[in-house]
Amino acid sequence: LSCKVLSSVVTPCYCFVSPQIRVKPDNTGVVTDGVKHSMNPFCEIAVEEAVKLKEKKLIKEVVAVSCGPQQSQETIRTALAMGADRGIHVDVSGKDYENLGPLQVSKILAALAKQEDAQLILLGKQAIDDDCNQTGQMTAALLDWPQGTFASEVSLEGDKINLVREIDGGLEHIKINTPAVITADLRLNTPRYATLPNIMKAKKKKIVTVKPADLGVDVTSRLEVLKVEEPPQRQAGMKVETVEDLVVKLKEAGRV
Amino acid sequence: MFPASRYSCQAHRCARLLQKIKTEHATPQLYTALHRRACSTVSTPRITTHYTIHPRDKDPRWEGVEMERFADEADVVIVGGGPAGLAAAIRLKQLANKHEKELRVCLVEKAPQIGAHTLSGACLEPSALTELIPDWKERGAPLNTPVTEDVFSILTEKYRIPVPILPGLPMQNHGNYIVRMGNLVRWLGEQAEELGVELYPGYAAAEVLFHEDGSVKGIATNDVGIAKDGSPKDIFERGMELHAKVTLFGEGCHGHLAKQLYNKFNLRENCEPQTYAIGLKELWMIDEKKWRPGRVEHSVGWPLDRNTYGGSFLYHLNEGEPLVALGFVVGLDYTNPYLSPFREFQRWKHHPFVAPTLEGGQRIAYGARALNEGGCQSIPKLTFPGGLLIGCSPGFMNVPKIKGTHTAMKSGMLAAEAIFPKLTAETLDSETAGLHVPEYAENLKNSWVWKELYAVRNIRPSFHNYFGLYGGMIYTGIFYWIFRGKEPWTLKHCGTDANQLKPAKECTPIEYPKPDGKISFDLLSSVALSGTNHEGDQPPHLTLKDDSIPVARNLGIYDGPEQRFCPAGVYEYVPLDTGNGMRLQINAQNCVHCKTCDIKDPSQNINWVVPEGGGGPAYNGM
Repeated sequence: LSCKVLSSVVTPCYCFVSPQIRVKPDNTGVVTDGVKHSMNPFCEIAVEEAVKLKEKKLIKEVVAVSCGPQQSQETIRTALAMGADRGIHVDVSGKDYENLGPLQVSKILAALAKQEDAQLILLGKQAIDDDCNQTGQMTAALLDWPQGTFASEVSLEGDKINLVREIDGGLEHIKINTPAVITADLRLNTPRYATLPNIMKAKKKKIVTVKPADLGVDVTSRLEVLKVEEPPQRQAGMKVETVEDLVVKLKEAGRV
Repeated sequence: MFPASRYSCQAHRCARLLQKIKTEHATPQLYTALHRRACSTVSTPRITTHYTIHPRDKDPRWEGVEMERFADEADVVIVGGGPAGLAAAIRLKQLANKHEKELRVCLVEKAPQIGAHTLSGACLEPSALTELIPDWKERGAPLNTPVTEDVFSILTEKYRIPVPILPGLPMQNHGNYIVRMGNLVRWLGEQAEELGVELYPGYAAAEVLFHEDGSVKGIATNDVGIAKDGSPKDIFERGMELHAKVTLFGEGCHGHLAKQLYNKFNLRENCEPQTYAIGLKELWMIDEKKWRPGRVEHSVGWPLDRNTYGGSFLYHLNEGEPLVALGFVVGLDYTNPYLSPFREFQRWKHHPFVAPTLEGGQRIAYGARALNEGGCQSIPKLTFPGGLLIGCSPGFMNVPKIKGTHTAMKSGMLAAEAIFPKLTAETLDSETAGLHVPEYAENLKNSWVWKELYAVRNIRPSFHNYFGLYGGMIYTGIFYWIFRGKEPWTLKHCGTDANQLKPAKECTPIEYPKPDGKISFDLLSSVALSGTNHEGDQPPHLTLKDDSIPVARNLGIYDGPEQRFCPAGVYEYVPLDTGNGMRLQINAQNCVHCKTCDIKDPSQNINWVVPEGGGGPAYNGM
């Protein structure tokens, strides 16, 4: 039973509840004005796991981190309402925020982990707005820490962690040293609701705001978005009666 | 009274009236899996599992579950984060700051963020806003589109009869603004937070709490973590109790808590039943060449017949992009159960006067909401010990103007002004534990709200004549435009909307054209655009008092009108798995919280209750 400080990352993502995502008229991105922002579902699972570990007294403190504009503080509050102890808001807004990608976030997390002397970083496996699935892995590489990704079961054993990973072939059991980075997959747990009394109590918990420059991180993007377009409209299919018809049609379309 | 005997009585009544209907009488002890499986082989499968119909204290699955609730105290609790609730909150805090008093004001709202459940045309009369926040322009209120053109038409199937809007007619919009109400409400929320109001979006008020003396003590938010079959999940958590000296109920049109309060305090004994309409709305990004910012278009007539109240609106917004807000309103006192407000809306868009605006455009949003039309004849008693009703919940809409936001906001402000001195008085002068503030109702009667509503009180009821729409317009022309509503009589409405439906066999089905996918659309793709969603594993919040009535009565006599009046496809009659007969399927996840079913169900069997907070539509600036 060893006590550690745990840093749990919470990514606010644009939860596009409406399937009608609109591309901006100038094709530089999607419209985000007024769209509901909420905590990334995989990050909710990560926060839940962190809070569970704290409740089992295996770790000392849960710190929720979010990178983004002022609204990100709402997402941190939800994490605080679920049981995190304090929050760190890394203030990135405007153009910087639009270009913020996994590389920049992992640099920020690595810097914070060193600053906070964290022993464990728990993140969601990927964000549902960009589906990158890179931040956890990059953070581990930058810190030179072991990583346990797609975790569906986590247990601490002394100063090592037993992990079950969901992989294409089935389930993989691994044991990794601490300090480590773990990314949460869907079946790790079912996150608790942030109830109203907890939201009210969370208003009293501390959120500290820092800038990436304070951490020595440069957030300029290495990528340039050239164009964003809607996927092409799905064309109607065609029914054919016989195999011969199919071959004829394929030849006509130049596919054979 | 145990649920078992309640079912027996109702079922026997059904059986007597409608020949043999076999219904399973559920006895409380048998809510086991076994019994549920047995139920499904009988003609009325169990539909409703909500605890408001099947109480949990008699349910063995809930034995031993911790039901204690955390409670907190505030000075004022406001239910509903719409224009009325927010105006009241803002006014209370303004008064508190001015008089240097501490006041804890908590506002709960079922939408996941303030403005996400707001839907309105809308042409705003800025009078109330200017009274509330005189420097709204400097503060960046989203009133960006002053009305520049006002057009009114009577439509026939192919043509359009222009109607001049003479100054003094209620639908004249000079000085008003076209707004995206969701954005205005969101801005009001920001103003409220700045003043120190505690806003809690994502938490629905599910229950009214009472003191022992019967006065209102506050509200309790919804429980979370109840499974679809009504049993507790591992993550079950009780809602929280918010106690207050006085509670303001601003749930909007046909609120579910207001419905309970009407019964408990007999608030409707001296007024007429409320009458309603359903409003459906879409936002379109149109071709720039067709865009005329500031233009307001209204129409009546086609596709509705002269005896069905309703009409359309089309507003060109001016917020930097060629956006129009358009929609259709149908009075819910329509008589033909085959009428589908959604499909009337879709076919109206094809009219030669409307379609050209939309050609080449793209639909980006859809939603629907009921609105009240009863005017001052239908306003209930507004105050009761411990609480008040504000906004569209009691209903202050000026129907011919089609505006209710300015009166809703003013009612919120008047409520705040009436409560404040009582709250901050040296001694709490009240007979009951919850404060009774009858001054609010008196102040409202003396304000411009009442004068305005009184002047137009006869316009809507004047449509109930043989000439329908045309009779109503003539009445408006003579008595409102010339005589300003000073006639000494007050016309009555026709009774509740639910009672107006004629049996299906007396009516002809309406042939609606198929949607073309460019201007008109099908229901399901429209519902998808509303962004509505609910946690799937929760009891359906469209509860039925009696599960057997839909097939027996609604389908049997009225051919299932809920399949047509629901703008979200929640109700479907599907064949039973056993092959013979139909059952009602409730797709509760589609619900857009419009309340039309609770209003129009001819059997008044549907009781809309609030689902888990945070669920529902995700309107963005509607």
